Amino acid sequence: MMGKSRTQALLLSLPLIAFIGITFVAPLGSMVLRSFYDPLVAEILPKTVAALGEWDGGALPPEGVYALLAEELRQARADRTIGRLATRLNRQTPGLRSVVSGTGRRLARQGQPPWAEALPRMNKAWGEPEVWHAIAQAGRRVTPTYYLNALDLRMDADSGVVQQPEAKRVYRALFVKTIGVALAITLLCLGIGYPLAWFIAHSPPRRGRLLLVLVLLPFWTSLLVRTTSWIVLLQQQGVLNNLLIWAGVVADDQRLTLMHNMIGTFVAMTHVLLPFMVLPLYSVMSGIPPVQMQAASSLGAKWPRAFRRVYLPQSMPGVGAGCLLVFILAMGYYITPALVGGQSGQLISNFIAYHMQTSLNWGLAAALGSILFVAVLLLFLLYDRVLGLDRMRLGS
Amino acid sequence: MSKRGEGAFVEFREVSKSYDGKVLSVQDFTLSVAKGEFVTILGPSGCGKTTCLKMLAGFEEPTSGEILLNGRPIGRVRAHKRNIGVVFQQYALFPHMTIAENLAFPLQARGASKHESAAGVKRALDMVQLAAFADRRPGQLSGGQQQRAAIGRALVFEPDLVLMDEPLGALDRRLREDMQYEIRRLQQRLEVTMIYVTHDQGEAMVLSDRVAVMNGGKVEQIAPPEVLYEEPGTLFVANFIGENNRLDGEVVEWTEQVCRVDVKGKGVVQAFPVAVGEGDHHTSLTIRPERVELNPAPGRTANVFDAKVQDVIFIGDHLRIHAELLGCQQFIVKIPNIIGHGAVLPGDTVKFGWLTTDCRALDAAPPTQTGTAPAQ
Amino acid sequence: MNIQWRRFLRQVVRHLMRHSGFRPSTDGFCQACRPALRGRRMPFAAGAAIGASLRKDGAIHVIALSALIALASASAPAAGQGRSITVVSWGGSYARASVKAYHEAFVKETGIQINLDEFNGGLAQVRAQVETGNVTWDVVDLEGMDTLLGCDEGLLQEIDYADLAPAPDGTPAVEDYPDGVLDCGVALLDYATIYAYNENFFLGAKPTSMADFFDLEKFPGRRGMRRSPYSNLEFALVGDGVPAAQVYEVLSTPEGVERAFRKLDEIKSSVIWWETGAQAPQMLADGEVVMSTAYNGRIFSAQVLEKQPLTIVWDGQVQGWSYLNIVADAPNADLAKQFITFATSAESAARVASYISYGLVRRSAMALVGKHAEAGVEMRPHLPNAPQNMGNMVRENPEWWADNMDDMNERFAAWLLH
Repeated sequence: MMGKSRTQALLLSLPLIAFIGITFVAPLGSMVLRSFYDPLVAEILPKTVAALGEWDGGALPPEGVYALLAEELRQARADRTIGRLATRLNRQTPGLRSVVSGTGRRLARQGQPPWAEALPRMNKAWGEPEVWHAIAQAGRRVTPTYYLNALDLRMDADSGVVQQPEAKRVYRALFVKTIGVALAITLLCLGIGYPLAWFIAHSPPRRGRLLLVLVLLPFWTSLLVRTTSWIVLLQQQGVLNNLLIWAGVVADDQRLTLMHNMIGTFVAMTHVLLPFMVLPLYSVMSGIPPVQMQAASSLGAKWPRAFRRVYLPQSMPGVGAGCLLVFILAMGYYITPALVGGQSGQLISNFIAYHMQTSLNWGLAAALGSILFVAVLLLFLLYDRVLGLDRMRLGS
Repeated sequence: MSKRGEGAFVEFREVSKSYDGKVLSVQDFTLSVAKGEFVTILGPSGCGKTTCLKMLAGFEEPTSGEILLNGRPIGRVRAHKRNIGVVFQQYALFPHMTIAENLAFPLQARGASKHESAAGVKRALDMVQLAAFADRRPGQLSGGQQQRAAIGRALVFEPDLVLMDEPLGALDRRLREDMQYEIRRLQQRLEVTMIYVTHDQGEAMVLSDRVAVMNGGKVEQIAPPEVLYEEPGTLFVANFIGENNRLDGEVVEWTEQVCRVDVKGKGVVQAFPVAVGEGDHHTSLTIRPERVELNPAPGRTANVFDAKVQDVIFIGDHLRIHAELLGCQQFIVKIPNIIGHGAVLPGDTVKFGWLTTDCRALDAAPPTQTGTAPAQ
Repeated sequence: MNIQWRRFLRQVVRHLMRHSGFRPSTDGFCQACRPALRGRRMPFAAGAAIGASLRKDGAIHVIALSALIALASASAPAAGQGRSITVVSWGGSYARASVKAYHEAFVKETGIQINLDEFNGGLAQVRAQVETGNVTWDVVDLEGMDTLLGCDEGLLQEIDYADLAPAPDGTPAVEDYPDGVLDCGVALLDYATIYAYNENFFLGAKPTSMADFFDLEKFPGRRGMRRSPYSNLEFALVGDGVPAAQVYEVLSTPEGVERAFRKLDEIKSSVIWWETGAQAPQMLADGEVVMSTAYNGRIFSAQVLEKQPLTIVWDGQVQGWSYLNIVADAPNADLAKQFITFATSAESAARVASYISYGLVRRSAMALVGKHAEAGVEMRPHLPNAPQNMGNMVRENPEWWADNMDDMNERFAAWLLH
């Protein structure tokens, strides 16, 4: 009997499993795969890559390797795959793109053995070992390149891991900044959301509903309208500054800079994410009977003590859920903060989007995304350790 | 036991409360409670009794009137300064603390040292027999245990006054009776003043020194239980406390000691005028079922009427007879189960009689109802 | 519901059989319907056809036609397989200008319909279409660097300039273009990233050179710049005194890149970074910045059409060419080529400049430029490649950017962070 009902349950949940598989596990899996598996160079230059495996890496490779490369570059041009090869190698060593595609163009018209002399004539880069190291490194199907890149590291000619030159270190600082901003937003949302949720939860039902609708308003506003409104409000010649000048708080020549900086980032993100804090808090708080606080005060506790010892601990599941939600979402928000917050709104997600959509460096985007994913996962585990996931409540 | 005046420990003076500015939840509530007294506020749900308690505890403010504690007005005293122990309807134990922590809470709030607090908690736990459950959380206890914990918490800081708001409402009958006894015992042992709110008249009778019966925000009668039972001042009290038969009629003759009431032309009843003055016409008569005598000896009772027996129910210690009398279809009589009364059968016509003093002429009921209105 | 649908379909099929006589070569419609379809203007023609058929054969035609319309709108590519092409271009006033300048004339002359689609530039969608073998775009409007990358990666088809229409005076097209245009797509427009200032903030001395843009002492106030290394590195070098013609030579050395970033350092704290083309004129007009780099067309619109007090400084601007390209494996490559030939003819191209202030790459087209179609302004002085504006111009080098874009982006991001 047990077995039968279990089979039935399994059958009933099959659509859900399939749905999760197709929309969640598969894309996530392929993304993670892309971050360390890149067979492009090995597929376009199979023989060259294989031959470079024998190469000691010291001086230039022998004539045979040059010949194989010339042959495969010619083939790649005919197959129209040389552009992707060039783009990929350019990521390994900037400048290789034009070397490869330029050489490909020349090879289509001219060139004959000995290739070890012909290729460097076409482009002097072929006469230096760096380019061959680049091909050898990019030729590995399973590559740490993207993860190294995402952590501001790179591989030197001897396959040792070294720091990127200082002028190119971006991502580690960005991860730190992203986490910092997300934490700050979370605290801000908590600071505003907690009293707000308290007020809503302990309002008469009618007023409570109205307030809840007002809190949810940002959800129903389009991204563009919301962003534009903030710009109109916050810019130097904007509504808020004009109001302050009219009220005599600031002088006309000392208008406050409220956007294109951290203030703008915080304002825009807090506004959008506040509902994610208020809703779980509200639903937990409205499950705490008002009589609890009455009991505490009747037992002789002043309001602060009653709040700290009785109300706060009971609202913690909501605090935990709200903070976790807001924190994770804050890590991923990027369009609004970038527009309102200017430079300060540039977070790791902006770069993931940039590499996905513009530079088309999907491997790097995947590596950055995976690191972010792992970071969030670690935080989740930490949360579980400290507060306990089973105590998290989105509703009561 | 003092009434109003100097000796009162708790005193409500014409206290009214309105939440919306229109409807009065409590109207001119006046009550004084002496030190060590156990007073119950009894009434149906929504009658304003809990509101009175909340105003005393400091959770609500009176709209008008004054509350005095130990002779001093407490309008300006915040709830946490009133030193009143409160036991709530749903216990209001703190679910995230153990029982011991719950009990320690009021002591810590009063700045007790760790040692003092531990000793106090142990005493209180022993008192409510929960020593074995000190480290459990409220969710792991049964209803009765939670109840005892709540009482322990309200008593642990040795307050002068304890308020209880329907504390036994969530328990089953058996447990409720045990707890009633326990509460009364504790109150007497600690000599604490107690104000207790309930809608259960039986509970009120068992526990209280005095009972204040409330209805629709107003006090109907304040009296010791036996007085309430024997001498209800209003029809509401008469119906709410215990079981009563009711006959509606017109006053045809009135003196201060006795009045004659014509019950729908079917007969004239002699009664004791409680809430009927000279010149009043309508009245409701109440007779306790156990004060009715079956086939009384002639001349023994001033009132004797024929009744047609409809049903006889054997209860055990008594028989319960449903009969038709003076047009009332559900006239109830309780006959002690003693030798010689076994012969009443449905369909019989018998005589019922009662004394003038057992038949109380009260304020007239709304005309729609007839028959008995047994207490809930 | 089901039964009604089945009956409806049966009626359509019966209609088709009766009127087509099972001839597979025809499109399956009877004479009463066909004239309406010949124009290919489906929605309009269908209305007329429905009216006409009501008079003739009655309801059955209406139903059959409705079914066809439904099918046609449900599968647009199928309907376009006959004579229509999909042209993808930047949106906004630019798309409007192209429609007015040559889309409408092309449709009128050839009867080939144009489905206009918008995108935000870049190769992402083109690559996705070509790699998945599901190409729906025919013509795509790209910047120089993307054209170069797209050609190298085989995402775009090569077009021989010799096949293009000659100039009005008979000069072959090949000789009508300046040196250096890429030979994959066809260069159409010459656009510039310039800097402009709000006149209200400079009532006395006015900025006149790229050096002034970097001079906070002489011209205090916040600057707007695009959040990208693109063209900002060129500006920095010109602002630092590098002759426009040698900018990429200098940038090709590590010291040159270093020099560019050091120059940007000088104004970094006063820069507000913009991201979309519309932001720059907006920030200038709002007084959020006193001067800003911007696309010249955007400033022209604000300055001339919206009468904002903005002035463009024609010094050290970075000029690029935009290209019309045919996507590899485009479904209507032949029609697309016909379209590009039409669009890049001197007359068509010249008309673009009467709607938007972009120069024409074709010399003979530049000669035909007149006034703005709506504002009546003489357009020549506003075009980037008018001789008076080209004095100290940087010609964008797509090859250099294609090689160094990723590298420079990382450096730029790191520079912004620190």
